[in-house]
Amino acid sequence: MMIKMLLRHMREGVKNLIRNGWMTFASVSAVAITLLILGVSLVIALNAQRMSGYVAGQLEVSVLLEQKIPDTQGQQIANQIKLLPGVKSAQFVTKAQGFQDLEKQLGPQYADIMKGIQNPLPDKVIVKAVDPQQTLEVAQEIRSVPGVATVKDGQSFIPRFFQFMNLLRNIGIVFIGALVVTALFLISNTIKITIFSRRREIEIMKLVGATNWFIRWPFLTEGMIIGTIGAAIPLAVILYAYHAAFVRMGGFFVVLTFPLITTTELAFRLIVVLLGLGLFLGVWGGVMSVRKFLRV
Amino acid sequence: MIEMQDVWKTYSNGVSALNGISVKIDKGEFVYVVGPSGAGKSTFIKLMYREERPTQGHIFVNGFNIERLKERKVPYLRRTMGVVFQDFKLLQSLTAAENVAYALEVIGSPERIIRRRVKDVLEWVGLGEKSDLLPTQLSGGEQQRIAVARALVNNPTVIIADEPTGNLDPDTSWGIMKLFQRINDRGTTIVMATHNKEIVNTMRKRVIAVESGQIARDERKGMYGYDD
Repeated sequence: MMIKMLLRHMREGVKNLIRNGWMTFASVSAVAITLLILGVSLVIALNAQRMSGYVAGQLEVSVLLEQKIPDTQGQQIANQIKLLPGVKSAQFVTKAQGFQDLEKQLGPQYADIMKGIQNPLPDKVIVKAVDPQQTLEVAQEIRSVPGVATVKDGQSFIPRFFQFMNLLRNIGIVFIGALVVTALFLISNTIKITIFSRRREIEIMKLVGATNWFIRWPFLTEGMIIGTIGAAIPLAVILYAYHAAFVRMGGFFVVLTFPLITTTELAFRLIVVLLGLGLFLGVWGGVMSVRKFLRV
Repeated sequence: MIEMQDVWKTYSNGVSALNGISVKIDKGEFVYVVGPSGAGKSTFIKLMYREERPTQGHIFVNGFNIERLKERKVPYLRRTMGVVFQDFKLLQSLTAAENVAYALEVIGSPERIIRRRVKDVLEWVGLGEKSDLLPTQLSGGEQQRIAVARALVNNPTVIIADEPTGNLDPDTSWGIMKLFQRINDRGTTIVMATHNKEIVNTMRKRVIAVESGQIARDERKGMYGYDD
């Protein structure tokens, strides 16, 4: 009985969608366009977040120790730094190791030159802060540790980077907020037009003794279908386009060289957000279109 | 059975439509409600199917206490009665049979029973042949017959009709009136608001005249009594 009723409501919903073809088209388009723009913003936001996290993870302070300090004492200084507040890791790199790393970085064409010179590098400690935004403060503390010669903290780069990321995030929030408002406006407008053709229908339903829920259900299933289709279209478009772009760029954003979020990672979040929002908008629209008339 | 005890109705805009109406309509009666436009006829009718609520007084319809009836329970009152209007109130996108079936789907009747009942009742009102046509493909009289069939399909104890012949020519009107007479012959109560002088004076029934929100006359086998 319950299942039969539910099937009836589903059938009615589908019938209404087909019957009001143009209205359905308008509603689906409104949802689809909104979610498309939202989806694209989300793709950008997720990648920006990934980039921010990636760059922040790379932020480190190079602490160069005084030349005269032997390796054993250097290790002690590294341990000492590690205990400072706000320090996540402090990795000790000996002179010899540093030289090897440099050799590797420069490549075989410089191998001869490197062999000819004596190692000029001091011992160093690579320090990462718990909170990358606190890197400068941590660097300042390290300066007062005895045995430390110089601290290279990339001072000019860090504040500008975080300023830029915060700005990007704030723009994103405003943009998405404006989008949601536009979406609600678009959809409520579509509904307002639908209402006129439906008020008679609802009035008649009430006169023959339909309960409010009996009247509401087909509208809800209608809304759900509109929401689902309205979410499926931008999902397909975005995921297809993103995957194509991802493959072409080989998983890296060339200009700034940071890893892009993979299509699979993106798909899961995008499906949850867009489908959820699509369903919400559809059902909200359905509820709004009947609410006014159920009070008769 | 319908009973009103000292019923008053003032609309939110300050218009007082009914000023102390008491009336009793027994099961199986056929009642015309007459009166000038704006005298309160429509309000009187609307109170019976709880389209409007009384400001004061008591109304009982088919065992329901109207002024205490919760919004949620209104559908159950409506299922005990059939309503017929001047403008038919049919769903334009549904066929004759689907319009009638609608009243049964709403109460969750099994499909097998719906099909049989719809067929029977459409034949009974003389539209057996046209059950698959849309309202736009039917004449006004035929559309009103569908509306009557829809009102009847639940086997209601009361049919409430608000100017059912208001949009029909005289010949067609008589056809519809004969239909109402046949319904009444089966023992169904009929309450009909009407402006049709000829019908009221020819098919003599109880007449309740509403004027300035009060009952001016209540006569068995009464006359229309107005010039229009």
